[in-house]
Amino acid sequence: MIEFANLLGKLNWNALPHDPITAGGAATVVGGVLVVMAALTYFKRWKWLWKEWLTSLDPKRIGVMYIVVAIVMLVRAGTDALMMRAQQAVSVGNNHGFLSSNHFQQIFSAHGTIMIFFVAMGLMFGLINLVLPLMLGARDVAFPFLNSISFWLFGAGVVLVNLSLVIGSFSAAGWLAYPPLSELRYSPGVGVDYWIWSLQIAGIGSLLSGINFLTTIIKMRCKGMSLMKMPMFVWTVMGAMTLVIFAFPILTVTLTLLYLDRTFGMHFFTAGAGGNMMMYVNLIWAWGHPEVYILILPAFGVFSEVVATFSRKRLFGYTSMVWATWAIVVLSFSVWLHHFFTMGAGADVNGFFGIMTMVIAVPTGVKMFNWLFTMYRGRILLATPMRWFLGFVVLFTIGGVAGVLLGVPPIDFQLHNTLFLVAHFHTMIVSGVLFGYFAGVTYWFPKFSGFRLNERLGGYAFWCWLVGFILAFVPLYILGLMGATRRLDNYSPSLGWQPLFIVAGVGAAIIAVGLTLQILQLLVSIRQRQQTRDTTGDPWNGRTLEWSTPSPVPFYNFAVTPEVDSRDPFWAIKQARSAGIEDKSTYEAITLPKNSPIGLFVGTLAFLIGFGAIWHIVWLAGISLFGILVLVIVRSNDDHTERHISAKKLEELDKQARTQERYA
Amino acid sequence: MNKKFRVTALIVVILGFLSVAGWYLHHTNIPVLEPKGPVGLQERNLLFFGAALSLVVVIPVFTMLFFITWKYREGNTKAKYSPDFDHSRIAETIWWLIPAVLITILSVVGWNSSHTLDPYRPLSSKTPQMTIQVVALDWKWLFIYPQQHIATVNLVQFPMNTPVNFQVTSDSVMNSFWIPQLGSQIYAMPGMSSEVHLLASQTGSFNGLSANISGAGFSGMHFIARASSEKDFVSWTHNVQQSSDHLSMAAYNKLDQPSENNPVTYYASGTSDLYGTILAKYDGPGTAMSGMQGMDMQ
Repeated sequence: MIEFANLLGKLNWNALPHDPITAGGAATVVGGVLVVMAALTYFKRWKWLWKEWLTSLDPKRIGVMYIVVAIVMLVRAGTDALMMRAQQAVSVGNNHGFLSSNHFQQIFSAHGTIMIFFVAMGLMFGLINLVLPLMLGARDVAFPFLNSISFWLFGAGVVLVNLSLVIGSFSAAGWLAYPPLSELRYSPGVGVDYWIWSLQIAGIGSLLSGINFLTTIIKMRCKGMSLMKMPMFVWTVMGAMTLVIFAFPILTVTLTLLYLDRTFGMHFFTAGAGGNMMMYVNLIWAWGHPEVYILILPAFGVFSEVVATFSRKRLFGYTSMVWATWAIVVLSFSVWLHHFFTMGAGADVNGFFGIMTMVIAVPTGVKMFNWLFTMYRGRILLATPMRWFLGFVVLFTIGGVAGVLLGVPPIDFQLHNTLFLVAHFHTMIVSGVLFGYFAGVTYWFPKFSGFRLNERLGGYAFWCWLVGFILAFVPLYILGLMGATRRLDNYSPSLGWQPLFIVAGVGAAIIAVGLTLQILQLLVSIRQRQQTRDTTGDPWNGRTLEWSTPSPVPFYNFAVTPEVDSRDPFWAIKQARSAGIEDKSTYEAITLPKNSPIGLFVGTLAFLIGFGAIWHIVWLAGISLFGILVLVIVRSNDDHTERHISAKKLEELDKQARTQERYA
Repeated sequence: MNKKFRVTALIVVILGFLSVAGWYLHHTNIPVLEPKGPVGLQERNLLFFGAALSLVVVIPVFTMLFFITWKYREGNTKAKYSPDFDHSRIAETIWWLIPAVLITILSVVGWNSSHTLDPYRPLSSKTPQMTIQVVALDWKWLFIYPQQHIATVNLVQFPMNTPVNFQVTSDSVMNSFWIPQLGSQIYAMPGMSSEVHLLASQTGSFNGLSANISGAGFSGMHFIARASSEKDFVSWTHNVQQSSDHLSMAAYNKLDQPSENNPVTYYASGTSDLYGTILAKYDGPGTAMSGMQGMDMQ
C-alpha cells in the first residue's frame, strides 16, 4: 500500500546496487550516459542535437532515433543473453555459477522484455517512420506531433527499464510476469513495477503510433495509389497497425489491473480472495500473440520489397500476398490459447486452438512460395539485404515446422516451457523479425544517409549471425527433447545437458561477434562514405517511390507530389524515361510542421509518472500527470505549429538537391 | 585450387562436428524421444509423424531455394529473365492447396489426439487406477497418497502398469508438473485442482521437474518419479508408514515455508483430506470463488 507520509516513497539508499555484477551494470549505464554527454559537450553538439533531432517532428529524424535506440538496446539485451548462456554453461551440480538465481531471473526477464519492446518494436517503428510516408508519396505522417509523443513515450520506457539497473531491481518473474508470482506477496520489491511501467508507457506510445500510421496509410496516399497499388510493405504495415490498435489496449488494461493488485491490495489476479490468475494468462496472450505478428508482418513487407528489388522482378502473387497478410491479421487473434495448452482447458478448447494455430501456417507458407517465385526467372543480386532474406528462409522454415508441431496440443504437453519452445520462438523472431529489419536497415540506409553500408563487413556479420544462430539454438531444440525446461540457473550433471549448453554458449558468442561486426560496419562505412556515395538516389535499381527522391531525402520528401498508376511506380517512371518520356513538374507551396520540444517534455513527464508510481512517490506522479495535461492544453492552443515553403523556394531547394546529387 | 581446398576443409569440419554431435547424442538419454509409458510414447509418435509430414513442404522449399538462387544469380546471363512474370493462377493455387491439405491432415490428427491424450481422460488398463495428489510448494513437491495414507516430498513411487491419476494443485505460485519420460505436463495452480493420467510400462527412476518459473528456488524443484513392481511398491509403502514423521497440520505449515533443494522426506499418515484443505485455503469468504470453480477445468 502507498505510504503518503514518506516524501520519497519506498526510495532509500538501499536501492543502489550492492553486489559487484549489478554495480558493474549500473556503472556501464551511468558511464555510457556520461560519455555521450561529455562527447556532446566537447564537440559542441548540444544545440545541434536539440534543433536537428530531439525536437524534430520529421518522421525521418524520428525513425533514425528509434533505430539508434533499438541498436543500443540490442547490445544491452544481447549482453543479458551472453550472461545467461555463460551461467548455464558453468552452473552444474554444486557449482552455482556466477549469478544468484534471483539475478539470473532478472536477467532473462529483462532480456525478453527489452528484445521485444525496445529492440524489435524500435526497429519496426523506426523503419516505418523512415519509409512509409515516402512509399505513399507523402511528405509526412498523418499526425506529426503525435508521432513525436509516441517516440518519447518509447524513450521513457527505455530509460525506466535501464534505470532499474541503477536504482532498485528489475522483475524476476519472466518477460510476461505471470501472477501469482508477479503479485506483491511473491515479488515484494519494485522489480515488477519497473516492468509494468516501462511497458505501460512504451505501450501507450505504440498504440498512438498504430493510430498514426494506419491513418497515414488510409488518408495520405498520393494521387493514383489505390489500395491494390500500394507497395507490399505498406500492406503489411497496415495489417500490423490494425493489430496494434486492437491488441495494445488489452496490454494497457492488463498491466493496470496487475498494478492495482500490487499497489492497492486488489484481487484481480491473486491466488484466492476471488482473484483469477488464469484470466491474466488469457489477457496477456490475447495481446501477446498478435504482438508477434505485429513485429513480423512489417518484416515480411521488407522481405517483399528486398526480394523484388534484388531479383529485378515484380513481386510474384501480389494479390495472394495481400490476402495472406490479412488472413494472418485475422487469425492472429484466434490462437492465443496455444501458449497454455497445459493449463487444462479441456480437449475441445485445446483442439480448436490447435487447429487455428496450424491454419495460420498456410498463409505464411504461401508467402514463402511467392517470394521464391519472385526470384524465379529473376536476376538475383546477392547483396547483404538479400543474404538476410536467404538466411531467413532457411531458419524460418525450420522454426515454422517446430511451431506447427507445438501447435498439436499433445506434442505441446511434452515440449511446453522447454528449451525446444525457446529455440522455436527465437528461430521465428531472430530470423523473421531481426533479419528482416537488418535487411531493411541495409536496404534503405543509403536513402537516408546518402551512402551505402560496407558490403564485405555486412557479409561477414551475416555469416556470424547465421552460423552463431545455428550453434546457439540447435542445441536448445535437443535440450528441450532431453527434458530441459527454460529458465533454469542450475542443473544436475547427471542429465548430460552441459556439453550442449556449452555449444549454445559458443554460438551466442559468435552472434556477439556478428553484432560487433555490424557496429564496425557502420563506423567503417561512415569513414569510407565518399567511395560508396549514392549519387543517383537509386542505388539498388529500386521499384517504389522512395527511390525517386535524392539521397539523402530532403526534409520535404517530394518537391512535387508524385502521381502513380502502377504497383512499381518508380520502375515504370524509369521505363518511361528510357523511352524518352519526360516528367513535367510544377512546384506548389507546401506546409510542414515546425519543430516542437513538447513531445520530449511529455516523454520526460511520463517517465516521472512511471518513476513516481514505481517508488510510490505520489506527489511526483501527480504533478507530472498534471504537467502533461497542461502541455496538451498549451499545444492545442498553439496556432503557429506549421511553416510554409513557397513554390519558388521549393524549386530552388529541389534544383539544388538534384544538382548536388548528380555532381557529388 | 585454393577454393577447392577451402570447400573441402569446410565440409570436413562440418562432418567432423556432426559425427561428434551424433556420437554424443547416441550415448545420451533423450527422455522425450525415449518414453517409458504409453502417453509419452503416443506423444513422441505424433512428434515424429508431424515432422515427417512437414518434410513435404520443407524439402521443396529448400530445393527450390537452392536451385533458384543458383540458377538465376546475377552472373548467369544464360538463364531466362522475365521481369514482368508476376502471376500464375495454377502455381498459386498449388501453394494455397498443398499447405492447406497438409494442415487439414494435421488438424484432424491434432483434434483427435487432443481428445485421446486429454490429460483428464483416465487411461484404459486392466489394473485399477491409483490416485496421487501433488502439491507444488516453495520450492518442492509434496505427494499425498490418499489410499495408502502416506505422503512424501520430492519422490513419488508407484507400481508400473498401474494407471496413476495425479491430482495437481499448488499452495504457492503457478508451477507445471512434468515427468518427461512418462508424458504430458500440467499446470499446478493454487485453489484449483488439475489432473493428469500417466502410466509407466516399465520400472525405473525418472526425472521430474517444474516447467514453470516459480521464484528463487525454481531450479531445485525437481523430484524422482520411481516406477517399481507391485511388490516393491507395497513394501515401500509399509516402509514409509513406519516413518516417525507425521504430516499433521502443524507439520504441513512448517513444510509450506519456502525452502530450496529439499531432501526426500517420508511422512507416515497425515491430516485427513489435506489436499482438500489446501485447495480450500484459497476460498475466501463471500468471494467470487464459485465462478472460479466453474472455470476449474471440467
